[in-house]
Amino acid sequence: MSVAPGFYLVLAGLMFAIGVVGVLVRRNAIVIFMFVELMLNAVNLMFVTFARQHGTVDGQVLVFFVLVVAAAEVVVGLAIISLIFRHRVSSNVDEINLLRR
Amino acid sequence: MVVFGVMFVMALGCSLAMLFAPNAVHVALYLVGAQIALALAFLLQGAFFVAAIQIIVYAGAIMVLFLFVIMLLGIDLKESLNEPLSGQRGIAIGLGALLAVGLLFVAIQGVDLAAGGGDGAEALTALNRDPGNVKALARTLFSDYLLPFEVTSILLVVAIVGVMVLARRLSAVETEGRPSLSSTEATKSDRELEESGVA
Repeated sequence: MSVAPGFYLVLAGLMFAIGVVGVLVRRNAIVIFMFVELMLNAVNLMFVTFARQHGTVDGQVLVFFVLVVAAAEVVVGLAIISLIFRHRVSSNVDEINLLRR
Repeated sequence: MVVFGVMFVMALGCSLAMLFAPNAVHVALYLVGAQIALALAFLLQGAFFVAAIQIIVYAGAIMVLFLFVIMLLGIDLKESLNEPLSGQRGIAIGLGALLAVGLLFVAIQGVDLAAGGGDGAEALTALNRDPGNVKALARTLFSDYLLPFEVTSILLVVAIVGVMVLARRLSAVETEGRPSLSSTEATKSDRELEESGVA
């Protein structure tokens, strides 16, 4: 562990910002989900870095909870996306306006 | 130091490539690359079990699920490039840059990048050596975090039931050949009305 923990936080912050830009810019629902995954991964890196700074494993335990939430979110989200795709053959988020009426 | 540099470039490069890849499959592959680089970062910081879980669960199971759905929906989907809101792309990139600057400021100022910011690496190394990484994790998870662990099981059950409900509606549409669930409900209630009328 020779590199200072601040550099890992810099990497995590940059990856989180890239994830936010991806969610705002891309139009494909599956791709947007993947950028959400990227943000969760960046947060995981922050948790591990903070665990190292405190010298305990509490932050590493929190990574497990983030992982479980990510898995559940992906399963439900992809089911909803494939349902929408069955009804209207598109995964473009701009064409999904069922709640507008 | 060299390993950290390789990891840094790989993680950041894969994340940036995700932004510019036109195809959804390419985005998924770059995400796998970024996750493997992050697993390397976990290894460098003494989180051995989390690094293994990162590769097995994230780069393995979850990304396979993503690729499965991409294949199910068709891989030749082209993303439309027209913007429904004018200037959305520029504003998004500007806000993202602002967020990046803010996060970098917090990381550098709040954690004191040069001094290492209260590094507990020795304590963590000792913890990894004496009870071992997995043992220390298990002791923390099943003592201090027992209630969140149990609540997690409720979350998983809710997710499973939710997906089952979504899938069941799909199969009902397929077998009965009707466009939506509301029409089947209407016919069912009509039938009940007829039966009550006959009775």
